[in-house]
Amino acid sequence: MKSGSRLEKVLEAGKFAVTAECGPPQGTDAEIVRKKASHLKGYVDACNVTDNQTSIVRMSSMAACLIIKELGIEPLLQMVVRDRNRIALQSDILGAAAHGIGNLLCLSGDHQIFGQDPGAKNVYDLDSMQFIALVKRMRDEGKLSSGADLAGAPRMLIGAAINPFADPFEFRVTRLAKKISAGVDFVQTQCIYNLEKFEQYMHQARDRGLTEKVHVLAGVTPLKSTGMAKYMKTKVAGMDIPDGVVQRMKDAGKEKGKEEGLDLLCETIERLKKIDGVRGVHIMAIEWEEIVPEIVKRVGLYPRPDVS
Amino acid sequence: MIIGEQKPIEQILEMIGDARRIVLAGCRGCVTVCSAGGEKEVGILASVLRLAREKAQNPIEIREVALERQCDPEYLEPLRPYLDEYDGVLSIACGAGVQFVAEHYKKNMVWPGLNTNFIGVTEKQGVWTERCQSCGDCVLHLTGGICPVTRCSKSLFNGPCGGSSDGKCEISKDVPCGWQLIYDRLEALGRLEMLEAVIPAKDWSTSRDGGPRKIIREDLAV
Repeated sequence: MKSGSRLEKVLEAGKFAVTAECGPPQGTDAEIVRKKASHLKGYVDACNVTDNQTSIVRMSSMAACLIIKELGIEPLLQMVVRDRNRIALQSDILGAAAHGIGNLLCLSGDHQIFGQDPGAKNVYDLDSMQFIALVKRMRDEGKLSSGADLAGAPRMLIGAAINPFADPFEFRVTRLAKKISAGVDFVQTQCIYNLEKFEQYMHQARDRGLTEKVHVLAGVTPLKSTGMAKYMKTKVAGMDIPDGVVQRMKDAGKEKGKEEGLDLLCETIERLKKIDGVRGVHIMAIEWEEIVPEIVKRVGLYPRPDVS
Repeated sequence: MIIGEQKPIEQILEMIGDARRIVLAGCRGCVTVCSAGGEKEVGILASVLRLAREKAQNPIEIREVALERQCDPEYLEPLRPYLDEYDGVLSIACGAGVQFVAEHYKKNMVWPGLNTNFIGVTEKQGVWTERCQSCGDCVLHLTGGICPVTRCSKSLFNGPCGGSSDGKCEISKDVPCGWQLIYDRLEALGRLEMLEAVIPAKDWSTSRDGGPRKIIREDLAV
């Protein structure tokens, strides 16, 4: 085992994995984190904790990971290379591993222009690919970027994000191949609404033999309203929401928006489960964490397997 | 070349404060080519400043000069004979020129009349865009002659992030995605296989991160 995390055990056992996401608050209230995460206990194999998502300052991902870990929920630490150079990244990974965090997601991070501090300086000492290679080296060779030996290598399951819907589409599978050769163990995708395009992507990935080398967790986000669908379609970079999806939310009307969003999400997950190479689902219920248990039950992924 | 643009006139007036006699020094190098700090701009800026100060009933005397360059010591010499008679130098060269004037004339105030923006090109008349961040370790041979450090908003080395959409960068629909440009060029060259290898972490010590940089050419140094 590379990390011995629950997520790794589930994936290695060939079980369909379930992860969800928990965004830390813009403040110090640990109770908010506990409340959000408590909904997920027993329903997910690991919970992603976002790292200053959309470049907005929030409680640190590492701190929130420790809070949810105390609740008995396995954390998945997200780290972006926007805010930390290789010195800080490695230091944080050692700290995370020392606290028993065993899952890591290596990300580029949204540009700071999206957040509340567009005047901030960004770092990008490494890119997400180089970050993956660095963590793999720390874990497998027990060495730091400098070549110095580690007193205790971090046991981390290494994850990354992939966006099959960003451009150029033809390069997206190559980018996955590069992340695999850099050392990634699993990937979580951008929210999937365009299933045809995702199937096309997975087809290309299978043709290159990539799905044998990496666990793909398909990302989904329940829509709550037509407004949300339109916003994500037009304002969120790299998001692909087909017109049919927006129309379906529209037809459902305001009062039944959430219901329709959930139906759509569960149908999507059922289809994703059938795609060869998809090893799990990553549910990003943004500010709607309490809905995750219902989703997991509806798509027949509850109870979670016993892998202890 | 180095691209600059003039600071707002209000800021320039505020910087020079109550100075009554100043030298306004242009540069015939890069900033002449990008129409920001050459002889012509010296003339225009001097007139604007005189008018503004006359209006404020605080007239100013401005000596106009366009130096060959402000980044070479010998071209700064023409200022020496008369600089004592002035309160300071408003330089509309790039930041290097302004600093070099300050280094050579220690008793005079020096004010920057331009903002130095980037190393770039004239895309078409009146439009300049950035091309180089002078990282000190060129990788253009790996990326089809398009710089990922400069053209990608995140300076990524291994392909576009998830925010690349319709050829545009996530930061703005007006900014082309640098990695889309690299992809398109390598595709046109039939060299897409160049993008398969993982480019390892960059050594930024040759960039600004290594501290102020210096080059000594033994064959030329005297």
